[in-house]
Amino acid sequence: MAEYRMQARGRVNEARPLSFSFDGVKYSAFEGDTLASGLLANGVHLMGRSFKYHRPRGVVGAGSEEPNALVTFDRGEGRVTSNVRATTLELFDGLVARSQNRWPSLKNDVGAFNNIFSIFFPAGFYNKTFMWPKSFWDRVYEPFIRNLAGLGPAPTGPDADSYSSAYRHCETLIVGAGPSGLAAALEAAKTGERVIIVDEQAEFGGALLSTPSVKIDDVEAWKWVEKAVDTLRSSPNVTMMRRTTAIGYYHDNFVGLVRRLTDHLEDGNDDGCREALIRVRAAKVILAQGAIERPLVFNGNDRPGVMLASAAQTYLNRYGVGVGKNVAVFTCHDSAYDVAFDLHDAGIQIAAIIDVRRHVPAHLVAETETRGIKLSSDTAITSTRGKLKIKAIEVCKNSSMVANKPEEVIACDSLIMSGGWTPSLHLFSHSKGSIKWDEGLGAYVPDQANENSICVGACNGEFNLSAGLSEGAKAGGGDITYLADDNYERTGLVPFALPKVKSNKKQMAFVDFQNDVTEKDVNLAVREGFRSIEHIKRYTTNGMATDQGKTSNLNALQIASEAVAKPVAKIGLTTFRPPFTPTTFGAMSGYRDGDLFEVTRKTPIDPWAVEQDAIFEPVGTWRRAWYFPRTDEDMHAAVARECKATRDSLGIFDASTLGKIEVVGPDATKFMNLLYTNPWNSLKPGGCRYGLMCRKDGYIYDDGVVARLADDRYHVTTTTGGAPRVFQHMEDYLQTEFAHLDVWLTSTTEQWAVIAINGPNARKLIAPFVEGIDLSPEAFPHMAVREGKICGVPTRLFRVSFTGELGFEINIPANYGRHVWEQLFQEGQQYDICPYGTESMHVLRAEKGFIIVGQDTDGTVTPHDAGMSWGVSKKKKDFVGKRSLARPDLMAPGRKQLIGLLTEDPNVVLEEGAQIVADPNQPIPMKMIGHVTSSYWSEPLGRSIAMALVYDGFNLMDETLHVPMPSETHKVQVVKPMFIDPKGEKLNAV
Amino acid sequence: MFLIHCPYCEEKRPEIEFSYAGEAHYVRPNAKEQASMSDQEWSEYMFIRDNARGEHCERWWHNHGCNRFFNAVRNTVTDKFVMTYEMGLPRPTQEMIEAAKHG
Repeated sequence: MAEYRMQARGRVNEARPLSFSFDGVKYSAFEGDTLASGLLANGVHLMGRSFKYHRPRGVVGAGSEEPNALVTFDRGEGRVTSNVRATTLELFDGLVARSQNRWPSLKNDVGAFNNIFSIFFPAGFYNKTFMWPKSFWDRVYEPFIRNLAGLGPAPTGPDADSYSSAYRHCETLIVGAGPSGLAAALEAAKTGERVIIVDEQAEFGGALLSTPSVKIDDVEAWKWVEKAVDTLRSSPNVTMMRRTTAIGYYHDNFVGLVRRLTDHLEDGNDDGCREALIRVRAAKVILAQGAIERPLVFNGNDRPGVMLASAAQTYLNRYGVGVGKNVAVFTCHDSAYDVAFDLHDAGIQIAAIIDVRRHVPAHLVAETETRGIKLSSDTAITSTRGKLKIKAIEVCKNSSMVANKPEEVIACDSLIMSGGWTPSLHLFSHSKGSIKWDEGLGAYVPDQANENSICVGACNGEFNLSAGLSEGAKAGGGDITYLADDNYERTGLVPFALPKVKSNKKQMAFVDFQNDVTEKDVNLAVREGFRSIEHIKRYTTNGMATDQGKTSNLNALQIASEAVAKPVAKIGLTTFRPPFTPTTFGAMSGYRDGDLFEVTRKTPIDPWAVEQDAIFEPVGTWRRAWYFPRTDEDMHAAVARECKATRDSLGIFDASTLGKIEVVGPDATKFMNLLYTNPWNSLKPGGCRYGLMCRKDGYIYDDGVVARLADDRYHVTTTTGGAPRVFQHMEDYLQTEFAHLDVWLTSTTEQWAVIAINGPNARKLIAPFVEGIDLSPEAFPHMAVREGKICGVPTRLFRVSFTGELGFEINIPANYGRHVWEQLFQEGQQYDICPYGTESMHVLRAEKGFIIVGQDTDGTVTPHDAGMSWGVSKKKKDFVGKRSLARPDLMAPGRKQLIGLLTEDPNVVLEEGAQIVADPNQPIPMKMIGHVTSSYWSEPLGRSIAMALVYDGFNLMDETLHVPMPSETHKVQVVKPMFIDPKGEKLNAV
Repeated sequence: MFLIHCPYCEEKRPEIEFSYAGEAHYVRPNAKEQASMSDQEWSEYMFIRDNARGEHCERWWHNHGCNRFFNAVRNTVTDKFVMTYEMGLPRPTQEMIEAAKHG
């Protein structure tokens, strides 16, 4: 039996011993233990090093509020979790955990030199010190600070576990299965409506699990819990979830739950979800989150062995572990006496009870006397002694705090403290419920709810057990009252800064254990002018650690309140933010991992490209073939070959991802006239036109070829990535500003597969397959559309070109896409047909000077800037963007304009995004006059080409500019952005 | 996550089905009006919004539902929807807003 194990106490299963390792040392414990209780049973209090000063730290709490005992939980490759609270890590046989933030070992930590120099590390130290020179920020200071400060290591490989998610709905959601929560659930269960009750712990019962001697309606606490759980379990309308944390409370009673399914299991590495994120929409939410005990702020309060009184009670009664053999008590609140008596009655010596209050309730004084416990009231602890664990406390009467030495030193091996209780308002505050300061309680309590929610029990400031139970029952819809035997009032003193020895400069009284914030830091922040509690929080980092200030916020608030001489209620509380406890990224992503990470849209021709070993790239939500490398070809070689083959003979390209919108109705032309800058009245059915769309601010929004199929029908194409937003843009105008127009819009992107055939042999290829369309150049010129059949499949055949070659875009019903593609590909062998991907498509279009919206434009480019004034109707009285295009700034000369660039060295391919300067010899920082938007190697031209946006570019034709790069500065010549076939002879080839 | 009442679907649907679409009741001037507007007036129409503290009329789009745009009154302080109404209806009067709040 481990040294501090109290035999036959607690809820652990002594029949199931287990062994676990911490920092490589093996210990024994029982089923039902947590890592913290297991270590304490073996007398181990030292569980971590603090964040900033690397001070040795022991466990402070027994639940999810724990600030100190953060460990790394290691289940092997891909299953290493950092910053797990030892108090919530359930033991199983063979569990492996390690301490953090120490080197070389927990007991001998080199980083602890920070502690020796702690006088130099007050609040804001880093902000004040690591300021100059600027060049040191990322190279020297940040690595230095990162090495010193920190929690556990980040994982190095992918997470080996899987996660799930689900939606649930219920009439009543109860958060917390302590006495009030259970009482609420018992009543809600009777309604027959759907009830969900969740608790973050391994078993239901909450505080009752730590107080077995309490009786509810003459039933012992544990029996009462057991009965309640049985009743709920047998109610088919009740869902009970253990190990489930309500992490956040959102609008309209939407609560996020994280359920941990396998971390506590010995075989938890097996297949199955580690955690589930459950999103619950509840008609009513009952919050029974309980309260968290508050530490006292005094010099040396962070020594291992110093912990919350309630935690000591939990370790004793729930886990059967004594936190020491000679325990001292420091309190300003009655509840610590219950714990002291419990410990004493279990055979643990109480070294002394030190109570800050002048007047201790008489019944408590009487009980200490009965037990022979030494009680000093109106007294405070001025310091603690011990290195890696507390050995003694230094004590002084409040009235004689002037002298720099303690009046008495009392030996102890553990110190338990109670500074009163803080109701857990976290979820209530997430839901924007308002809170108010209760002076008598010295705590914030719920005020007005913003959602259909109600707080019951301790989180409502109701610390009387009978009243808390009855409150829960009422919230659950019942009207029964409970009578518990734990019915005396618990009183306390609001623990403003405690009396202390005045002359001791080295005092370190911690407020926030996890972020190493001391009382002095809070006072310093106030002295330096911070008044808002939100600013004090950020300057000192109080409450900003992974525990989110569960044990520290109220203490910091009260110290600040005293320092600025304003009542607490006037200072206000910092904002509570989700999640309630740290949450894994795995739980957040759920199923969205690997192939399910995001939706990948694939064209009907995609499987063919896969068979050809194409390399793919994501475009918007689509996956597109990027290039088709042959054996040993890199991308450059493949693209050069694809481009050349297309220009020389024939290329085939999958353009199915193009956005397509069918615009139909008697007012279709009116609508097109309003949405696009071009004129549409003059476009006859059977014709195509390049359409340019602006937003109302006059900037280019999208482009694409538009075919007029009939007087009242347009087949509009958009950019691949722009399809959804263009559809929204059109719908928005049609439903709101232009609601008088009789037009219908249908997104047909996925209804059509599109095969682009380009090259001198394009017509020859398709001719044998086409029925019902005269393909002769006279009957079917460039920018025309015809309907007929291809390969026996109905088609909308476009004669258009995004390459500058003779080109056709074959639209066929999507299901026939691959069928038609394969027939054309086979027939094309005689012309050495070459499939090309998006990279070659980009090169081919750039050679011709066609823009890509979003690459050559950036949301601040007008049609004129892009050299496309010809696409803007001057006759139309109205279109979206017209008035804005007339604003002085948009008409001003010298705007950034799209031009072509040719490098002096034809082999240099500029980097896209590279900045352009007029004079390369000017001092740094140079005046940048533009940037490269597109840049490629052009195989047909045997040189590089580029497009760029440059201030006043249209007036810089033939001038020489410069592109400075880290290695050298490239000379470039400004040209028109049209590199091949400027007269369009190929395009209009007969 | 909000539950938003779509006036066309006539039921409350989760927020993920919707997109916010800016402040409501800014009517696009017609061609004639645009032509007569000064640059200053046009820029105010384009860029200046009330950004009200409290009840705010705004546009929402049920894009993953019925694909309709509609208007809503939402309180920007409490972040609560007061009412939603069909596109084309005038800005609700204060009485209508009060009635919606208490109904």
